[in-house]
Amino acid sequence: MDIDFTSTGHIVGIDLGTTNSLVAFMDLTGPRIIPGNGPSALPGADGDKLVPSVVSIGQGGEVVVGNPARELLITQPERSVYSVKRLMGRGLEDVKEELQLFPFRVAPGSDSVIQLQLGDRTYTPPEISAMVLRQLKQNAEEYFGVPVDKAVITVPAYFNDAQRQATKDAGRIAGLEVLRLVNEPTAAALAYGLDKRENGIVAVYDLGGGTFDISILKLHDGIFEVLATNGDTHLGGDDIDNLLLRIALEDVASEWGQDLSQDNEGVQRLRRAVIQAKERLSFVPAANIELEYHGKKYEREIARELFDKLITPIIDRTLGPCRNCIKDAGVSVEQIDEVVMVGGSTRIPLVRSAVENLFRSKPHTELNPDEVVALGAAVQAAILSGAVDNKLLLDVTPLSLGIETMGGVVSKLIHRNSTIPASATETFTTGVDGQTNVLIHVVQGERELVKDNRSLARFDLKGIDPVPAGLARIEVRFLIDANGILSVTAKDQRTGKEHSVEVKPSYGLTDEQVEKMIQESFEKAEQDFAERQVREQRVEADAILQAVEKARRHDAYFELADDERAAIERSINELLLVYNTDDHHLIAAKIEEVNQATIKLAENMLKGTQT
Amino acid sequence: MTDYYEQLGIPRSLNLSLETLRQRYYELSRQLHPDRFMQKPEAERQRALDLSSALNDAYRTLKDPIRRAQHVLSMEGFEIGEQRSKDVPAELLEEVFELNMALEEMRGGDHSARPQLEQAEKNFTIMLAETDQQLQTLFARYDSSQSRDVLGEIRNLLNRRKYIQNLVSEVERTLSPNPQSSIPAR
Repeated sequence: MDIDFTSTGHIVGIDLGTTNSLVAFMDLTGPRIIPGNGPSALPGADGDKLVPSVVSIGQGGEVVVGNPARELLITQPERSVYSVKRLMGRGLEDVKEELQLFPFRVAPGSDSVIQLQLGDRTYTPPEISAMVLRQLKQNAEEYFGVPVDKAVITVPAYFNDAQRQATKDAGRIAGLEVLRLVNEPTAAALAYGLDKRENGIVAVYDLGGGTFDISILKLHDGIFEVLATNGDTHLGGDDIDNLLLRIALEDVASEWGQDLSQDNEGVQRLRRAVIQAKERLSFVPAANIELEYHGKKYEREIARELFDKLITPIIDRTLGPCRNCIKDAGVSVEQIDEVVMVGGSTRIPLVRSAVENLFRSKPHTELNPDEVVALGAAVQAAILSGAVDNKLLLDVTPLSLGIETMGGVVSKLIHRNSTIPASATETFTTGVDGQTNVLIHVVQGERELVKDNRSLARFDLKGIDPVPAGLARIEVRFLIDANGILSVTAKDQRTGKEHSVEVKPSYGLTDEQVEKMIQESFEKAEQDFAERQVREQRVEADAILQAVEKARRHDAYFELADDERAAIERSINELLLVYNTDDHHLIAAKIEEVNQATIKLAENMLKGTQT
Repeated sequence: MTDYYEQLGIPRSLNLSLETLRQRYYELSRQLHPDRFMQKPEAERQRALDLSSALNDAYRTLKDPIRRAQHVLSMEGFEIGEQRSKDVPAELLEEVFELNMALEEMRGGDHSARPQLEQAEKNFTIMLAETDQQLQTLFARYDSSQSRDVLGEIRNLLNRRKYIQNLVSEVERTLSPNPQSSIPAR
C-alpha cells in the first residue's frame, strides 16, 4: 500500500457508540485503537480501549466520562446519562417509552430537541455526546502529544438526516472538525477488506447497543461499493437489557413486596446485574442475575434456553431488514461471499445462528466486534488525509428523500440506496399572484403519505419576485453529500439569481444554538484544561512525596548531613503548602525543588544497592 | 439536458455491458469523489461534490435498463408521459377487469379471491419477463439502426411494462397488506 503519513496532521477515527466509544488512528503499521493512557488519576483515561459512553455531571458541574461515570451511574443515577445515542436527532414522541427506564429526567420544552435535566442544568443529546468525544479527543492528544482537531466519526448506516446532523453538531461542540461521517457497517467492511478480502460481495451484520444495520457491499480492487443498506436505529443490546430488567423488576416486586422501579439506584444496580448475566450467557449455558441491596438479596438463574426464547422476538426483528437489503442489493444469498459480524451483541450465540440460517453460511467472527468500526474509521481518516490513495468508499443514502405535495402525499426525489453524493432538481412555482416565498417540506422515508415519514425540515425560499401565479420558475437543487446530509439551494430560472433558503429543522439544533454551545464548550475546555494540568502535577507530587517518604526510612537518609536533611524537609513542606492551590506552575516548581534537594540522597541510595 | 453517456465517456447504446459500465464508473469515481479533495481549497471540493453527484446520477440511470431507455427517449425528444390507469392496453382489458373484481373482493375481506389473485400475480410476472425479452430485442435493433421508429416502439413497450408493473405491485400490496415497509427513525 502507498502510504504517506507525513504530509498531514493527525486525523482520528471515532466510533461514537451507544454503549462504548473508541478512538483509532492509522499509521504505517495499519489502523489501531488509542487507549486512554494518561495518569490513572485522570477520569476516563484509564488505559482501557473502550470508553463507556456514559456521562455524569458532578455537584460542581464537573464532567465525568467513561468508566468512572459508569460507577457514578449507580451512586448518582439522576445526574448520569447512558445510551444517549438513542436520543440523538429525535423528538420526545419518538423515545417516550424507553425514557421510562432511563434514570434521568427530561426537562420541559423538549419537543424538537430533547433536554436532559442533570443537576441544575439541562443538556441536549449532542452536548452529552460532545463530552464523550472530548474525552476521546483528549486521549488521542495525550497519545500523540499534539492537539487533535479533525476526526472521522461513524454513525449507524440507517441514521436519518437529523441523527447525522446531531452527530456532526456533537463533533463541532467538542472542538472537532468532522471531516466525514462514515456508516458503521461500511467502516467495518473497510477494516475487514484491508485485512481479509480484496474482492467479492460482503454482508455486514451490525448489532450494537442501540442500533441495528445490515449493509451489502461489492469489494473490487480497493473500491468498496455499498449496494444496499437497511436497519433499525432503535434495536440493539439495550432492548435485551430492558427486557431482562423488566422481568427482574417483576421478580423483585413479588419476592420483596417492593416496587424497585421508582428507585433509581436500585434500578441501575439491577440493570448492571442483568447485563452481567446477559454477557456471561454468551459463553456459559446458564447465568445468575444477582442483586444485594439494602440487606435484601435477589437471585435468579437464567438458562440459555430461556434466554434464547425471550430474545427471539428481538433477534427476529433484524431478519426483515436483512431480507429487504438482499433484495435491494439485487443479489441472491448464494452470491454473498462472506458475512461479517460487528457490534457487541453479535457475541450472542442465537444471533450467530440466526444469521447463519438466513445467509446459509457461517459468519465471520474473528474480528473484534467492538473494535472493527473504529479501525475502519481510522482507515477512512487516512483516505481523507491522502495517506491512503488506493481505497475508496462509495456509500449510499439509507432512506428515500421526498417533498410534500398536494394532499399530504410524498413525491420522491432521491431513492433509498442511491450512491452519495446524490442530487435531484425540481422546479417550483407560486400559487398566488405576487407570492414572494415558497415553503418546501422535506421528508425522509419509504411511505406514500407525509405523515408516515420522518419530517426533516421546512425550507423557506424567500425573495421571489412578485409575479402572477404560476409564472415564477424556481429551480431547487437537493443534494445529499458524502456524509448523507442534505443541503438545499434554489435559483430563479428567469433571473438566474440565487435564492436564500432558510432551514427550519424539524428535529435538531439550529446553527445559532450550536454556535452558542461551541462558545460555551471553548470556555469550558479552557477551564477543563487548567484543571487537568493541576491534577497532573498533583499526581506527580504524590509520586515524589511517596518516594521520599520511603527513602526517609533508608540508611542513606541518615548518612546525609544535617543541613541536607533539613533542605529535603523544607522542600517537602513547601510542596505540601502549594499542593492544593490551582497553580500548576507553582506545584511543578516545588516538585523540581524536591528533586534538586534529593539528588544526593538518590545517588547514595543507588550506591547502596550496588555495593 | 445532460447526456449521461457523454458524461461517462461511453458510446450511446441501449444494450450495454454492465461490467464495462461499472469499470468506467469506478475509474471516474477514483478521480472525482470528494474524498480525493479533502485537502484541497473549498472551490475544488465544491466542484468534486457537484461532479461526483452528477456522475452517481448518471451511473444510477444507465445501470438500470428501464431508466436507461427512458433517458435515451427523453434525449430524443419523446414524451414519456404518465401512464394512467384508464389507458389499459387493449389485449389486457378482460384480464384486468377480472383482476379488479378479485382485488375488490379481497379488500372487502373476501379471502376466497386469494388463489385467483396469486394466479394473476404469476401471470403478470411472466408477462413482465416477456416484455423484458422484447425490450432487449428492441434495444439491439435500436443500437444497430439508431432508428426513431424503434424508439417509438420502445416507448410503447415501456408504457405497457409500467402498466403491468403497477398491477403486480397492486396485487402484492393487497395480498400482504403490511409488507416490510420501513418506517424511518422509529
